[in-house]
Amino acid sequence: MFVVKYKNLFFLLSAVLIAGSAWSFLNYGLKLGADFTGGSILEVSYQGSRPEADTMREALNKLNLGPIAVQLAGEQDVIIRSKTLTEAEHLMMLKSLPFSGAIDQSPPTEKRFSSIGPTIGRELARRGILAIILVVILIILFIAFAFRKVSRPVSSWKYGIVALIALLHDLIIPVGVFSYLGVARGFEADALFLTGLLTILGLSVHDTIVVFDRIRENLKKHVGLDFAETVGRSLSETFSRSINTSLTIILVLVVLFIYGAAATRDFSLLMATGVLVGTYSSIFIASPLLVVWQKFSSRVK
Amino acid sequence: MTRRRIIAVILILFGVGLAYFDSYPFLASANQTAWFYRPFKLGLDLRGGSHLVYQADTSDLPAGTDIGEAMSSLREVIERRVNAFGVGEPVIQVEQAGLGASEVHRLIVELPGVTDLQAALKVIDVTPVLEFKTERSEGKEKEAIAKAYEKARTQYEKGEAITPDPLLAQDPQFVPTELTGRYLKRAQVQFTSQSIGPTISIEFDGAGAKLFGEITAANVGKSIAIFLDGILKSAPVVREAIKDGRAEISGDFTVTEARELVRNLNLGALPVPIKLVSTETIGATLGQEALDRGVRAGLIGLILVAAFMILWYRVNGFLAVLSLTIYVALMLAIFKLLPVTLTAAGMAGFILSVGMAVDANILIFARLKEEMRHTDNMHEAISHGFSRAWASIRDSNLSTIISALILFWFGTSLVKGFALTLAIGVLVSMLTAISITRTFLLSIGVRHTGRLNRFLFGSGFYLTAKS
Repeated sequence: MFVVKYKNLFFLLSAVLIAGSAWSFLNYGLKLGADFTGGSILEVSYQGSRPEADTMREALNKLNLGPIAVQLAGEQDVIIRSKTLTEAEHLMMLKSLPFSGAIDQSPPTEKRFSSIGPTIGRELARRGILAIILVVILIILFIAFAFRKVSRPVSSWKYGIVALIALLHDLIIPVGVFSYLGVARGFEADALFLTGLLTILGLSVHDTIVVFDRIRENLKKHVGLDFAETVGRSLSETFSRSINTSLTIILVLVVLFIYGAAATRDFSLLMATGVLVGTYSSIFIASPLLVVWQKFSSRVK
Repeated sequence: MTRRRIIAVILILFGVGLAYFDSYPFLASANQTAWFYRPFKLGLDLRGGSHLVYQADTSDLPAGTDIGEAMSSLREVIERRVNAFGVGEPVIQVEQAGLGASEVHRLIVELPGVTDLQAALKVIDVTPVLEFKTERSEGKEKEAIAKAYEKARTQYEKGEAITPDPLLAQDPQFVPTELTGRYLKRAQVQFTSQSIGPTISIEFDGAGAKLFGEITAANVGKSIAIFLDGILKSAPVVREAIKDGRAEISGDFTVTEARELVRNLNLGALPVPIKLVSTETIGATLGQEALDRGVRAGLIGLILVAAFMILWYRVNGFLAVLSLTIYVALMLAIFKLLPVTLTAAGMAGFILSVGMAVDANILIFARLKEEMRHTDNMHEAISHGFSRAWASIRDSNLSTIISALILFWFGTSLVKGFALTLAIGVLVSMLTAISITRTFLLSIGVRHTGRLNRFLFGSGFYLTAKS
């Protein structure tokens, strides 16, 4: 199987992607949204022509509500981010928004307002990190358990560790991509971002398990075969399934991205990235890693 | 064979029935009183509304107070207020976060359809009011009020407009006193030898005891009414003037009633102050837009997946699409029956689960194709294909379910909606992919894996060569 043969090439590609993601993350960081840091988001919609962002900024800065970010969204909408506002401050802000264009002056309509206290945000972030750690631990335990009857030539916990490496791979790359998008497109990580990461965790392992499962079966079926060959055979047998499955999931996500609600657009992009790298890692990283590990430990012995 | 075919037909009819049930509320001829009329439950982000989070300040509660109990009476009071405000289907929940010293208690209020945040806040942001009122003495005033009420009643019965009258704002039975929950130290349920049922003992603070003494002295033989949030709770009769600030309310209470009353009394006296920490308002148009977009994305996604499956997997693909359609109808019915509150994130979870439902079928078909190379017997190929694919389907879906469970456990309401639909979706899809697709495949009744059948039940661009 070409995957096992050219494994170093794929390792290199992943190493480059991970290094790029890590660089982006360390350089730009992840822009955390109000969901995590606390703060307010006001989204208003204008009929007719909306005022310039500068005009709005000027009007809002007079309120002395601390730093205010004004962002134009879609054709008619404006998103205003600021510190956590009280209801009085919220009303004050609404009233001081400039009216639309010169001819048919009309006030904007409020589409959405959320004001999140800082403690709530911190709690969400803490819970999220805890959830990711818990999912990782449980999944590794689950794999070690599911493969408990497989010990030769690679013991079951190694499947777990390799799945963990693939999983980190699948987490680091989307996070890197989105930390870059934070700078390039003003993306902010919100609660849905966290949800997306957690789902990627599940899907990543889902893909890896399907391949491992085939290795487990082929180890029993073809006893004489060399481990590398068994892995190669399992990969080619599951290849079309892996591609087709990710293709359908990505198909659905692309549709969700184009036609879905604005609220889930970033989410579908994140998920698509995750599914893409998840499928890639299950074929090109996880299984070849098993081969490398097996070779390394047999050489040591 | 005949049996399988009958089951397959029943499954299809079942799917059609489910689809009718799902779409019934949207039909023009829908009858709202029909027993199977059940609309979908939509979350705030799809129908518009307000989501408020209050933090309770429990630091001033005396040591030993049952905070959980205080919170649940707070919840009841807020629920009463919200209901009085006339909001349909409000959700009011108590939430606890953190442990030990950092423990916080929150009250979450969801008001569907309410986008005037200020009006909603006004209704909620009042602590419960406990009032003591005395009987209105007989006389001109009482008669005047009674007359005003009588007049209003006749006008109401005749269907006329009621003439506004300041007297109507007054209670004909009771007169308010200065004594309120502010002066109450605490209330307790008691069992005494004198009475059969439980009694309630009240203790006032210094100023309260003085007031209570004066009021009781002036009202021996009459009743003192206890109002909580404007609702008459009990009207015990005063037997003698009470100077020590202690009172006993005896009445025909059941133990539960007495406990409830005590809780309400303590709450009036020791309200848990609440502070608004987070608000979210979603306009109705934004919600409608999100809903329309979600539905459209779901439909387009389903059509594309169906097209892909039929083109690539041919007959198998067609059968998979059939069972996928039943899956979707079944999921929608489950959403209505449980019910699951649908949010934008929840719909994303559901749409994603459609993609994963397809995966189980793809796994099975890949296996089937392999098995067809080894055997001439189609029936055997199908059953081997299914049983060999099962381990992969089970293990991989279990890992997704693990993630979904943790998401549900840890998440905020938004994340929970996603996790719930994803978890239900994965569970149901395992069932439909395995049992329904298999029934369809077997009911076609192909016996041999000939060249034509290997094409029809194979996949991809090439004929499957027989090895």
